[in-house]
Amino acid sequence: MKKPSTSQVLLAIAAPLAAAVVSIVISSLAVLASKKSPVEAYKTMWEFGTQAGSLLEVLNTATPYYIAAIAIAITFRAGLFNIGVEGQLRLGALFSSYFAAKFVLPPVLHVLALFLIAMTVGGLWAAIAAYLKVKRGVSEVISTIMLNSLAVGMTSFLFSQYFAEITEGSNNLTTKTLPASAQIPDLMPLLNKLGVEDQPGGGVYGMLLVAIALGVAFWFIVNRTRFGFELRASGANPIAARVSGVNSKKMTFIALVASGAIAGLSGLPTILGDTHSYTMGFRSGIGFSAIAVALLGRNGAVGMAFSALLFGFLEVSSRALELIDIAPETYVIMQGSILLSSVIAYEIVRRYKITLQSKELAKVVGA
Amino acid sequence: MKTKATKLLLNATLLILVVSIIRLVTGASDLTSVGTASAALLLSVPIVLAGLGGLFSERSGVVNIGLEGMMILGAWAGGFIGSKHGPWLGLAAAIFFGAVGALVHAIATITFGVDHVVSGVAINIIAAGLVRYLSTILYQGGSWPGPSQSPDIGPISNNGLPVLSGGTYFGWKSPDILTPIAEKHWFFISDVASIVRGLTGDLSYVTVIAVAIVPISFFILWKTSFGLRLRSAGEAPIAAESLGVNVYKMKYAGVLISGGLAGLGGGFLAIVAANHYQENQVAGRGYIGLAALLFGNYRPGGILMGAGLFGFADALQLRDSAAIHALILLIVVILAYLVYRDVRKGKYLSASISGVMSAGFMWFFLAVDVLPGQLVTMTPYIATLLVMSLASQRLRMPAADGIPYRRGGLR
Amino acid sequence: MKVETGTVHALVGENGAGKSTVMKILYGMQRPDGGEILVNGQSVNFKNPNDAIEANIGMVHQHFMLADNFTVLENIILGAEPKHGLTIDFAVARKKVADMSAAYGLDVDPDILVEELGVGQRQRVEILKVLYRGARILIFDEPTAVLVPQEVDDLFNALKGLRAEGMAIIFISHKLDEVLRVADDVTVVRAGSTVAEVKSKDVTARQLAELMVGSELPQPTTHGDTRRPEVTLSLKDVSVPTKSGRDLISHISFDLQAGEVIGIAGVEGNGQAELVEAIMGLRDYTGQIEFKGENIDHYTVAHRHDAGIGLIPEDRQRQALMMASPLWENRILGHQRSKPVMRGFILDKKATIADTRVIMDEFDVRAPGPHTLAAALSGGNQQKFIVGREMSKAPALLVASHPTRGVDVGAQAAIWEELRRAREKGMAVVLISADLEELIGMSDRLLVMLRGAITAELNPQKTTPEQLGSAMTGAK
Repeated sequence: MKKPSTSQVLLAIAAPLAAAVVSIVISSLAVLASKKSPVEAYKTMWEFGTQAGSLLEVLNTATPYYIAAIAIAITFRAGLFNIGVEGQLRLGALFSSYFAAKFVLPPVLHVLALFLIAMTVGGLWAAIAAYLKVKRGVSEVISTIMLNSLAVGMTSFLFSQYFAEITEGSNNLTTKTLPASAQIPDLMPLLNKLGVEDQPGGGVYGMLLVAIALGVAFWFIVNRTRFGFELRASGANPIAARVSGVNSKKMTFIALVASGAIAGLSGLPTILGDTHSYTMGFRSGIGFSAIAVALLGRNGAVGMAFSALLFGFLEVSSRALELIDIAPETYVIMQGSILLSSVIAYEIVRRYKITLQSKELAKVVGA
Repeated sequence: MKTKATKLLLNATLLILVVSIIRLVTGASDLTSVGTASAALLLSVPIVLAGLGGLFSERSGVVNIGLEGMMILGAWAGGFIGSKHGPWLGLAAAIFFGAVGALVHAIATITFGVDHVVSGVAINIIAAGLVRYLSTILYQGGSWPGPSQSPDIGPISNNGLPVLSGGTYFGWKSPDILTPIAEKHWFFISDVASIVRGLTGDLSYVTVIAVAIVPISFFILWKTSFGLRLRSAGEAPIAAESLGVNVYKMKYAGVLISGGLAGLGGGFLAIVAANHYQENQVAGRGYIGLAALLFGNYRPGGILMGAGLFGFADALQLRDSAAIHALILLIVVILAYLVYRDVRKGKYLSASISGVMSAGFMWFFLAVDVLPGQLVTMTPYIATLLVMSLASQRLRMPAADGIPYRRGGLR
Repeated sequence: MKVETGTVHALVGENGAGKSTVMKILYGMQRPDGGEILVNGQSVNFKNPNDAIEANIGMVHQHFMLADNFTVLENIILGAEPKHGLTIDFAVARKKVADMSAAYGLDVDPDILVEELGVGQRQRVEILKVLYRGARILIFDEPTAVLVPQEVDDLFNALKGLRAEGMAIIFISHKLDEVLRVADDVTVVRAGSTVAEVKSKDVTARQLAELMVGSELPQPTTHGDTRRPEVTLSLKDVSVPTKSGRDLISHISFDLQAGEVIGIAGVEGNGQAELVEAIMGLRDYTGQIEFKGENIDHYTVAHRHDAGIGLIPEDRQRQALMMASPLWENRILGHQRSKPVMRGFILDKKATIADTRVIMDEFDVRAPGPHTLAAALSGGNQQKFIVGREMSKAPALLVASHPTRGVDVGAQAAIWEELRRAREKGMAVVLISADLEELIGMSDRLLVMLRGAITAELNPQKTTPEQLGSAMTGAK
């Protein structure tokens, strides 16, 4: 690889930088609208967010976002849109928590069984949309959204009617607690060895390692295998992909189902690391935030990792805003404005890049 | 044209006949009651408005997934302004806020060339977050009763057709002929009477306006030069540009109109269908509106039919779960008809799939007596999915829909 | 360039000489960086097509600018709709169009959807569009590119009629014999500048061609008989039926030997594209296709590529390239199942980049390097890259669909040379082209397709363009 020129480096950071600036402006306006000081807000968020305990919490918050974003990115790269990740992950989390609590297996196998159930359920749910798209030409945008609403309803129905039990001594509805063999150990002991001290807020979900592994696998498969190439080609130019021998129907189906399977996993970090069962308070909205994370990270393994961490940071650090009487929901504005401005910024940079290259080309070639 | 209208009338009559039979068989009188027809119309309004919104946008060549977000903005604005300044201003604010959301979508896609679906999805995410944020501020400020609910909004008055449906005109309350007929429960005649009464009586003025927008849309798009130029932006933008049409302007117009209509739909939900804004009020109706657009094959009349269908499904869940139960029988009948049609065409694979589904629904009908509430709320989504899977094949979308446009024909 | 009233003025030049740009400027779709335009003696400055239309300039585009889903009438009045209050006055429009049709002999049904019209009729709609707006100066951009000789005659008659009415007609073309047939004056453009302004009766086609290129024209002739006894491709009774009963291609049979080039001639839209798709497996067909003696009917598209069939598709941007990706990634397209691009199922990036460089060298692809985005290359270089990519796997059969369309003369010569060399080494070629000189010069045998069937087999050594044209229209 040639050493990148100054213009290339500038281009690479131009988009995120511009997006960051725009979103800071918009978020500041939002804070001003509630008659508070933006500078105060940012300062508070930064101070709270960079504490060690908060940073660990950021990792935990970012983990499900990252996994779900990978699921979405698989389809985006192929030119498809799996918007129903929220539903897939809920079904995956519910079914796997319920069923895995019914039997006992040796530790690693038990966790793998849990994963398998979650992936199968998520994959099957996405397969409905995949089938409708491939066989009947139904836009997967609409079908995944409809299936999403269906899944949310079904999850709540199945949970409250069949899968949950009331734990003794409280009014909490949860599924049966997962036995120890189905839990992933916390990462704190590992981090202690690296010099990180225990924090009062809690540990780091073990599933972070799974998320990282998924990220690496995603990068490798998409960029270095034939399947990944055909996936990208289908997204970049479906006609040329077909002419080159890609079976577009097969590709659509596999991409959507794989996406659903990975999505099924993304509901598990909290369950495996914290609650050890599916509870009423199961976090909602991961699926939609993950869409933003994927877009912001431009569907790349590294980009999405940074975006997930950024979104997690904003969420965690904004909890401190309550102390200075600002609505913590401010982070939603920040996330939204970052998303919008970066999506636009990426497009501008892309066009500029092509113009720049054409000009360079004209200089080099002479005609 | 004459044969098309008669064919429509024939199909409608046939459908009502089948539904009447099912009503008799299952005893679910709510299936064709006045209340249900009325509710169906009410709930189809936001869907038809969203669908018409989608029509203007896509006809100008911009895919608008963000209808949901624009509806959310409209609903919120309706609650915010409506609770302070009355329902009509609330509706006006709803239209405005929806259009503002559309403006963002327009700038992103038309001026900057962002992928249409990506921008639409982003708008939905942002709109949901934005209204939650704003609601929280208002609640903290003390003016709202809850962080996800606006104060109550004053009502908009209702009226109905004279003589037939008991409308009030200039202080005179006219007789209501259809209601007694409907209550007699005579086979087919009462069903027709109650459906007509439901569709023409106790209507909000806004409902009438919304339904009137359907023929108005047709008129604008196919009979005026603005409409011709707007459609040309979606069919052949480069040709339009070469003839001096300002394609950018047409696309902006299409998207802004779509935002206004979607916003109106959202405002309707907050002001007419309910009497305050509630978080999650829109509940996917923006997407169902898109489905109505596709069902209607990008034509206003078709959108109205699709919206009516989805509105009917939506209405049943709010009325009587026994009626939904009866609806399942209707699904069985429709699927059975499809099996018959596919076998005649020799498509044995689809016939057997429809057959299996039909048998499955039949078993479900016989096995389950009353559907639990949570499942009932899922009816419109299932209905949308079913309709999409059966109707997607013969779509005729504008030729340049979804394709980013740049002056001079570059990509 | 000076165009006089009541004349037909031709603007000639090779691909890329600048003719289209001049026309875009005249029509307000592009702004000039310098110079002056005078209409009827007045200086004008067009900011958009509306300004040009107001100056009574009308453009009949090469690639028809029509909305398929609109009726003829809607297409004609778009942008200039007659109004009656709030609505469009369709009655007035219809009458005006009917009058014009009668006056200039341009018959067409105003209420039919454009997508149902044939090519010649669509061109008539384009002309009516322009006349409807009161054009007095008409610009025709390569109007005969997609017409058969009979339709060309109709067009030229219409042009003569328009000229008699006092219109000024600018006629852009690279078909020099037609230019001399219909034009009064000729302006020759080369590399973006005017090089000559002559009267058509004072020059011959050869002289014009030399003025256009400035040196000798490349002679697209193949040398000698390089046919080998093995039959590479064999089509037996191949048809692509449609539900409406009309066959897209019908009962095509031919054998193609190794080292042979078979040219498929025919006006676009007579089944050539479907034939290519059938051979490549992109479309279902009845009948049998054998490749190197084996029946490949059940082979997938990928399998056919891997078995040794290469494809240069008709529309390189749509069918052969990922424009936003670098060249080395485009190198993989079509070859993602074999070496050198693959090691097992893993992409060998290093080998791919190296091989891309080799292709760029051998085929003279002018770009900074394998990391250049495909979108940044000129059309000719894109095409050279595609040819190089396909040739790199030394296919036994190459299906080349319009391989030098939109490509400058230098690149065209290079591509022809590559095809000739491969032919000598035993590659069989199915060549589909609208460039009659290319077809006649490169082919060992010519087949003519009309309405999906083969209507004639001709010997290119003994055929002239006129003979070929008649076979293409079914006239004898």
